[in-house]
Amino acid sequence: MNLAAKDIRHNLGRFALTIVGIGMLLMTVMGMAGIYRGLIEDATLLVERIGADLWVVQRDTRGPFAEVSRVPKALVYRVLAVPGVASAREFVFNTIQREHHGRPLRMAILGLSWPLDKGEWLPLMAGRPLAQNHYEMVADKTLGLRLDERIKLGKDTYRIVGITDGMVSTNGEGMAFLSVWDSQAVQFDNSGEAIRLERAARGRRSATDDMFLSQPLLTEQLARPTADLPAVATPELSAVVVRVSTGADPAAVAATISAWPDISVFTKAGEEELLVQGMVDKARRQLGMFRALLTVIAAIIMALILYTLTLDKLHSIALLKLIGAPNRTILLMILQQAVFLGGLGYGVAYLVGQKLFPHFPRRVIVTNEDLLQLAIIVLGISVLSSLLGIWRAMRVQPNEALMG
Amino acid sequence: MRDASLTVRSGEVIALLGPSGSGKSTFLTAVGLINPPTSGQILIGGVLVLDGPNSLVNVRSFRRQHIGFIFQKSNLIPFLSARENVQVALELNGASPRYARRRAAELLEELGVGDRAENRPSMLSGGQQQRVAVARALANDPSVILADEPTAALDSQRGRQVMELFRAVAHEHGTGVIVVTHDHRTLEVFDTIYEMEDGTITKAGNSKEAT
Repeated sequence: MNLAAKDIRHNLGRFALTIVGIGMLLMTVMGMAGIYRGLIEDATLLVERIGADLWVVQRDTRGPFAEVSRVPKALVYRVLAVPGVASAREFVFNTIQREHHGRPLRMAILGLSWPLDKGEWLPLMAGRPLAQNHYEMVADKTLGLRLDERIKLGKDTYRIVGITDGMVSTNGEGMAFLSVWDSQAVQFDNSGEAIRLERAARGRRSATDDMFLSQPLLTEQLARPTADLPAVATPELSAVVVRVSTGADPAAVAATISAWPDISVFTKAGEEELLVQGMVDKARRQLGMFRALLTVIAAIIMALILYTLTLDKLHSIALLKLIGAPNRTILLMILQQAVFLGGLGYGVAYLVGQKLFPHFPRRVIVTNEDLLQLAIIVLGISVLSSLLGIWRAMRVQPNEALMG
Repeated sequence: MRDASLTVRSGEVIALLGPSGSGKSTFLTAVGLINPPTSGQILIGGVLVLDGPNSLVNVRSFRRQHIGFIFQKSNLIPFLSARENVQVALELNGASPRYARRRAAELLEELGVGDRAENRPSMLSGGQQQRVAVARALANDPSVILADEPTAALDSQRGRQVMELFRAVAHEHGTGVIVVTHDHRTLEVFDTIYEMEDGTITKAGNSKEAT
């Protein structure tokens, strides 16, 4: 006869509520691990999807994700000239926040190097990649934009031609994909007044500059947009992404490019490590500490519940001992109840989590590895938490049954 | 206790009378191998079980096989049904669940509570609970049943019924029964009556002499 099951059946409501409570607690522990996995996944998603072998960024920066990096457009052609480089593309990345339909819309914009890259690699759930160099956008579904919807960014309006699934930035913002040209237009958009003031300032400076005084035709150039003036234009790319030729050693190519004094080079693994170790590390440790704390709390609560349940059964335990029940029968009864509570709590955590986690604002990824790890932890805390109850039960004397 | 000695034979029902604090319950717990005495011997079924405080057998196992207990109240496990309360005693003694289930049902039937076999103790009257307790005490065919004030929580009619039940099962099963009681109304059912005072047991005679 399974005494643990009989007791549970007798106190079904109480056990059910306890299981739900423990389940919710374990679901939070499960969720913490899932959020951590989501952070890592989100952080490395873009690097994974872009699939570049090397990332060429501004010297001594950890760009383009961990910090701002600016490199000139011409760097693409310099890199292409390096032996072993199969392709080099512009990479423009920045985050913006705008109002859309009266609500703040925060998006991470990635420039696609048209015409080499039209976004064919994007995981589209609807629509298509870019089909023209301007005024088209592929947006992630988390941005809440619909296919064929139009959105005004800066001075231009863009049509949503494709919707991706699961493309978020390291910070969890949904991504939008434009051509490099358009993404730069959005990034460096200035108001008309700011442009007029800048041109006026150039005019004033040229009026006293010997170069402009000796070459008056140069003054006409000053009216052109800054980006069109190689002599004064600021570097506009965030990075150059490189694929090495088949058979070429990425480390050797990286070493060649690294020799240039104006840039730094990271391999794909290096870039991922920068993201995980740099950007996500504190969040990871924070979540890890919370997870440990919640696990301890779950263990304490389970121990208290099992101890209370044992206290309620002291008379029955004394009776069992009086009629000759060996200690192992009592021990097994409490241990089975602990494992039962933990096991069913774990089941509740899993089932509720499956329903709840997809509605979280950021991705919660529960891996089989984490599930197994938590199952082992739950088994451990079930056994540990039953020790207090077992200790109390072992101290019960058979003559306590005589006390009524 | 001092000079507290009595013998109960197979099938004999004896009463132990005495005022509160006279040592009746202490005697019962000593015989029941719960609180060993500091000196003296306890023999059950001809086996020397306790020699002073030293147990010569595995106490819990021996108790399980040879001693049955009945108390005045709350002596059933609340989360088990009447049948399961009897069945658990059998299973703890090594009986298979199938046999234990069948035997428990038989015992409950024999004691007149077969129709309440699946009820939990809280659903049974005091008399029914005591019958179930008797069934559990008898489950492993013990050498002796120890009953401490088994009728204290019952009215006189039910108390008498329980005492007569003890007598019947003792005779039928050949089990010795020691009943600690204050209830003088039921003394005629006992084969022998002992009195205890200040830890000493004296034989008061048989039921006719006592009443």
